[in-house]
Order: sequence, then structure tokens, then C-alpha cells
Amino acid sequence: MHLEKFDMKNSVIEIRDLKKSYTETKVHVHALQGVDLIIEKGEFTAIVGPSGSGKTTLLNIIGGLDRPTHGNVKLNGQDIGLLSDNQLIDFRRDHIGFVFQSYNLIPVLTAKENVEFVMLLQKQTQADRDARTLELMTAVGLADRMHNRPNELSGGQQQRVAVARALAPKPAFILADEPTANLDSKSTADLLDLMATLNQEEGITFVFSTHDQRVIDRARRVITLEDGKIRSDEYRA
Amino acid sequence: MTTLVKLAARNIWRNRRRTLITAASILFAVFFSILMTSIQRGTWGHMVDSVVRYHFGYVQIHKAGFWEDRSIDNAMHPEDLAETLSDAPELRSLVPRIESFALASLGSRTKGALVIGIDPSLEDSFTSLRNRVAKGSYLANGDDGVLIAEGLAEYLDLQINDTLVLISQGYHGTNAAGKYPVKGMVHLSNPELNKQMIYMELAAAQWFYGAEGLVTTLVADLNQASAMDEFVGFARSRLDTASYEIMDYTEMLPDLIQARELDLAGGQIFLLILYLIVSFGIFGTLLMMVKERSYEFGILKAIGMRSSQINIMLWLETMALGLIGCCAGVLFALPIIHHLKRNPIRMQGNYAEAYEQFGVEPVLPASTDPQIFIMQALTIFAIISLLSLYPILKIMRLEPVKAMRN
Ligand SMILES: Nc1ncnc2c1ncn2[C@@H]1O[C@H](COP(=O)(O)OP(=O)(O)OP(=O)(O)O)[C@@H](O)[C@H]1O
Ligand SMILES: [Mg+2]
Repeated sequence: MHLEKFDMKNSVIEIRDLKKSYTETKVHVHALQGVDLIIEKGEFTAIVGPSGSGKTTLLNIIGGLDRPTHGNVKLNGQDIGLLSDNQLIDFRRDHIGFVFQSYNLIPVLTAKENVEFVMLLQKQTQADRDARTLELMTAVGLADRMHNRPNELSGGQQQRVAVARALAPKPAFILADEPTANLDSKSTADLLDLMATLNQEEGITFVFSTHDQRVIDRARRVITLEDGKIRSDEYRA
Repeated sequence: MTTLVKLAARNIWRNRRRTLITAASILFAVFFSILMTSIQRGTWGHMVDSVVRYHFGYVQIHKAGFWEDRSIDNAMHPEDLAETLSDAPELRSLVPRIESFALASLGSRTKGALVIGIDPSLEDSFTSLRNRVAKGSYLANGDDGVLIAEGLAEYLDLQINDTLVLISQGYHGTNAAGKYPVKGMVHLSNPELNKQMIYMELAAAQWFYGAEGLVTTLVADLNQASAMDEFVGFARSRLDTASYEIMDYTEMLPDLIQARELDLAGGQIFLLILYLIVSFGIFGTLLMMVKERSYEFGILKAIGMRSSQINIMLWLETMALGLIGCCAGVLFALPIIHHLKRNPIRMQGNYAEAYEQFGVEPVLPASTDPQIFIMQALTIFAIISLLSLYPILKIMRLEPVKAMRN
């Protein structure tokens, strides 16, 4: 293991001996079987592996959407296993950005309102919200689509709005489970460009899962899962 | 909070079809419950009104104890009473009667009868007795003849201008007897009355019973039936209730009231079934709604919206739908109920005959009592409020990971 190698102060995600079993089904599934992982601030990391290897399970647990059977998760130094359900919801709202595979956006809200939504939940002032939404919508290249509803945007545009929304509360990191799975190659490239730019210029931490070789090629660290365990963990130049 | 209101409003608007289906099912629930209740209440109102106005009136005043024994000894002087009650605003007039039992005979046939002295014009304006004269003519003031019910006339085998012999006990034990020419026959559709009624001019009857200037009964002719309780209260406060009995129709006609209560209770069961069906319908739409939107709720919870906030949003949506549906139901029902009040449904066949036998027009008019509209709308709204707990429970248990797995 590479644990000693990292400067612990810079880590945003710290996972120790993470196990997750699904026991509600007849055949018990051991989706994660002891995962140790540290993600540092500013990483651009892909989680890959065959279908059923545990990528989604891992990302859900990191994101506080699911609780592990064993082990613990520290985000920004906070052990999220110690939080109550409502505390966990607030923690997600304030510290984690999510981009899901599809249908990320609230259909009845415009792109601007979707980006603004979490800030509204945080009770930020109107002025702060307006400034931040404009900044983010410009950053994702959709300043001219502020007032469109999700169904008036292409899949790629929707994912970019989702990235903007994820960034709105200035989270510690962004988790994205197969964000390009439903996109064509042009939109995939655009979204990856956007994420890479945000990562390099703003220092935003991204952790994403994918099956797509073109996406894997853009990552600077690739963690490969197999049968709920880390098979390899490579850094690229 | 404004965010939640905005979200709720947009959700209602976005899913217009679901909104329409839900609101429509609420509308029909409210409409049918109003329709049912209003026809049932209206029909009973009409029935009671017909029966009451036919003879008894809504309120009668007697000397205490008269209703029990119908004894002529319980006669009273009407003038002071009339004076005391004259300023009751609901009172149109006090219709005087003197009534007691007598034996009526013609030749060898004899039968018990209710011989009742009336003021011909006051009685007619109150019960329309003149319209019921089937043969001969109506009584006039100072008349010395009698009107006899057809049923009784038939039993005695009597014709117009025959002379009827009446024998009874008069006031304070005097003998009452007299011969009276039959001036007319009246058709009384109430079978009880048709078997025993004999009408006489008031003064003649007072003379017959040896009770000059006295009456046994004052029937209050009221401006409107709904003023009854007010008038009874007024009369009871003004009169010495130890000496006088002030009776409303519910005390005089307990059988009718019992029949009404029984029928209304049946109606309540029917309503309950209606509410149940409607509840299932509305519950179905809520069930569908939660299922269809669980992915969306999953996202909302994942990105940091608390269950309580989602619940407020859903609750607002459901309440708004309930409000729209209930108001629409009332608005929809109003003109139809008003129409059915003016042009009531007419019964046919056996039912119609049964009604007509009791002198009741065989119609089912609707009641436009605003209380019916308000109560039914509120009841359905309460049911919806209760049902809206289901999505709330669902949301509290919703796990984003499961909700988004599809
Ligand atoms: N709720 C659940 N109940 C039972 N088994 C589950 C549940 N969720 C996931 N699993 C199982 O856990 C294992 C890991 O699933 P997971 O979704 O994490 O895989 P994945 O790597 O994301 O796959 P994919 O590439 O297809 O998305 C699989 O065998 C899956 O069937
Ligand atoms: Mg997956």
C-alpha cells in the first residue's frame, strides 16, 4: 500500500478497510471487500473496472449516499459514519458535488435555477447566488442557456449544467458516476475538457468512474477495481 | 419556503395531465357527495314540509296535556295568547281550532270521528283545505253544515245534504249533540285523516262542544319552516310552560321523524362507501406520483434537500390539488343543484303512488343549503389531507441510492 507516500493534510478522501455486503438478497453479494484509498486535493482520478466490480458502490459510500458494512470514510477530516441522517444530508449539500449518469437536473427548474438550488438550500443571499451562477454558467460555456429548462438542453449541455450545479457550493470534491455514459463522443470530449480545465485552473478535485477508454486516457490517476478490491492504482504523467 | 412554494406550483403545472386526473377525481367526489346529500335532504325537507303543512303545521300551542288526551276540557281562551305572541317576527298568523272526538251516525251506522272547528278562511290559507273539496262546497263563516272526509262518508254511506248526527261529551261534562247537514266532502290523501275528519265552522263547533269562545289548538303559520326553532324558543320564553304546551312537528309526528332518521342513516352509509371509493382513487394517483418521481426525489435528497423540505413541497402540491378539486366540485355542483331544486326529478310508478297517497308530490327536489356544500367539500378535503400522509411516509424512508437505481 502507498499510504505512507501521501501528505495526510492534503487528503480530501480517506478510506480504510471498506467493506460492503448486500444481504437482503438470497445470495449475499460482497460488493466491496476491503478497500483502502486516499484521494488528495486536486486529483483527477478515474475509477475503472468491469461491470459489477463495485465502482458505483464505492462512489455512493464516498458520497455518503450509502453506509458501509465495515470500515470508515473520512471526508475533509470528518468521519461521516458519525453523522446522523440529517447531518449527513447537510454535509453532502455543503461539501460534496454530485454528477450522476443522467437526469441530474430538476425538470421544473431552469438551468440557472438548478445551479442556484443548493445555494438556496444553504440560504445564501440573492446577490451571492446571482454572481456565482453567472460565473459557473459562463465557466461551463452555457451563459446563454441560463433560462432554458433541462428538456430544452442536449444531454451534453445537461451534464455541463450538472457540473456547474455540483460546483456551486464550492465542495471539497466532485464525484461523478459514469458522467459520459449517455453522451456522444463530441459531448464526451467537451465535458472532459471542461472538467480538466476546472481541475487545472481552479484546482477542483474530481473522482469519476467510467468504462470509456477515451475518458480513462484523460485521467491522471486510474484506480482499477475487480471483485470489490483494488487491483491496480496507476499515476500518469 | 418561497423556493418550496415555487417548486410545488411548477410541479403542478408541469404535470398537467396528472394534475387534471387528480383534480377531476376530487371534483367528482365532491360533486357526487353534494348531489346525494342535497337530494336526500331536499326530498326529506319537501316530504316533511308537505306532511306538516297538510294539517298539523310546524308548531301547535295547546293547554298543557291536550295532545295526550285530546280532551275538550283542555280548551283555552286564545285572545291573551295571540296578544302575547303577536310580536313574534316569524309568525304570519295563529290558526285556531277546537277539536275533540265524537260519534257520528247516519241511520244505523255509527263511527268515531274527529270533529274539528275551523276558521274557514284562515284554515284555507294555511292548509288549502278548499282545494281538497271533492264534492259539494267549502264552509263559509256562520255556516251550520259540515265537511266530511271521503273515507268516513263512504263508511257511513252518506251523500251531500244528508243530515249527520254527532254525539260527544262537551266542555266540563256537558252533553254535546246536534244534527248537521253535510255540505261537502273533502279528499284527504292522508289515510288516517281520511277515516275520521269532520270539519265545522269554528263558532258552530264551539257551540256544539259547549265551549263558547274557547279553542283547543292554535297552529302557528310561520313565514318559513326554518324559523321554527326561533319561534318555539320565543313562545316558550313568553308563555307559562306549566300551563301551555308548545309543540313542534318533531314532537307531534315522531314516526315521520324516525323514518327520516333511518333513511338519512342509510344515506350516510352510502356516502361512506362513496368516500371509500374516492379515497382509493386519490390514493392511486398519489401512489403513481411517488413511484414516477422517486428518481427525482432521490436526486433532491442526494444533493442536500432534507426529507422535511421535500415533504413540505409535496404537501403543498397535494393540498393545492385538493383545494382546486374541491372548489371545482362545488362550482360544478352549484348550477346543477340549483336546477334540480327548481326542476326536481319526478318519480314514476309505485314510488310515485306511495308518495301521492300521503299527499306528497312525488318529486325529489334538491336542497341548496350552503352547509351541504361546505360540509362535503371539507370532508373530502380532510380525506385528502389524511391521504397526503402516504407520500410523506414514503419520502422519509426513501434512500437515494435505491430510488436512483433504475
Ligand atoms: N442494492 C443492491 N442489492 C444487492 N446487490 C447489489 C446492490 N447494489 C449493487 N449490488 C451488487 O454489488 C456489486 C457491485 O455493483 P456496482 O453497481 O457497484 O458495480 P459497478 O462497478 O458500478 O457496475 P457497472 O459498471 O455495471 O455500473 C454487483 O454485483 C451488484 O449486483
Ligand atoms: Mg455503476
